[in-house]
Amino acid sequence: MPRDRDQITTPPDGQPMTEQPKWRRDFPIDIPEDEYVARRDLIKFMALTSGAFVCGHAFLAAHSLLRAAEPAADAARPIARVNDLQVGESLSFAYPDGENAPRILVRLDEERFVAYDQQCTHLLCPVQARFEEGVLHCPCHNGYFDLQTGNPIAGPPRRPLPRVALDIRDGVIYATGIELSPP
Amino acid sequence: MAVPQELEFFVDPGRCIGCQACVQACTECDTHKGQSMIHLDYMDRRLSPQTVPMVCMHCDSPTCAEVCPADAIKRTEDGVVQSALQPRCIACNNCVLACPFGVPKMNTDMRLMMKCDMCYDRTSAGLKPMCASVCPSGALWFGTRAEIEAARPRSMPVNTFRFGNQTIRTKVNVMVPRPAGPSLVHITAALSERGTSHELIDDVFTANLYV
Repeated sequence: MPRDRDQITTPPDGQPMTEQPKWRRDFPIDIPEDEYVARRDLIKFMALTSGAFVCGHAFLAAHSLLRAAEPAADAARPIARVNDLQVGESLSFAYPDGENAPRILVRLDEERFVAYDQQCTHLLCPVQARFEEGVLHCPCHNGYFDLQTGNPIAGPPRRPLPRVALDIRDGVIYATGIELSPP
Repeated sequence: MAVPQELEFFVDPGRCIGCQACVQACTECDTHKGQSMIHLDYMDRRLSPQTVPMVCMHCDSPTCAEVCPADAIKRTEDGVVQSALQPRCIACNNCVLACPFGVPKMNTDMRLMMKCDMCYDRTSAGLKPMCASVCPSGALWFGTRAEIEAARPRSMPVNTFRFGNQTIRTKVNVMVPRPAGPSLVHITAALSERGTSHELIDDVFTANLYV
């Protein structure tokens, strides 16, 4: 007698499985109908999943290594004149492209300027310079970065702000590239 | 791997001589070492030396699995009802009490129900079950239907049983005499009948037909 190989057990009342109460369909007697995970299947799943994790991390590591090694190919772009900012003042600008890359320029003293990515490395809120305290402050979650280096000091952020390389020629400040890790 | 569809188990209680070979063979199996899954019962020891071997009948609607509250008793795709899954079995004894054939055995030390699984490790590889491979009188027999019909023309296999209002169809067959062979074995009716001696009528199932 040919029988369906997947569902061979007949319920006691002899009715088809579609007529049966839900609990009977939820707890089938036949092993092919049951969601029984064999040890071999579990180990296969674990091995493949952890293999995928390894590959993903290798890709991420290679990607960030390549990105760090890439020379700053962005063209130098004038941002502001030296005389536009007093000591302690800051200025927002976009570099290299329009809206997606907000940066902040701060004049530390007569000679020195620094520029960072304005997006906090925690959740991309805009950071603001507090010159008197020597920090960049992110108001969203009270994150603090060192104004001199861009390193995180307090709060949720764990990575330094990417720094914009600057070049001052003839009284004009040019942005020349982005340093992902602080010098 | 699955048990080949053409290979079936046939139990012929009338041929059983009570030699205990099946019990010993079953005890030696590595999957339940030291414990026999086969029942070898005396019918009525005062009147008759008749013994009956009882293996799992592998019902189409397994009562043991129906009553299991822990969803531990499962049936493979070839129709073999397996022992309780060890991580699920709660040793509640429901299956032992519910099985109309009295097959499941509760191992209280291991807190696990174990039952005859037709030697699934052997039969799924095309071998005979241990009991059928040692039975000297052919009371337990494993092979194709054509073979047993050729070898025992006076018997025929029956796999339908009635317990009260419960009618059960099984994967394992019982051999009954052909001339007046019933289409099913009415077990509850047989319980109220007078016992018949082995010497008078040589077959326990025929005995029920003449009352």
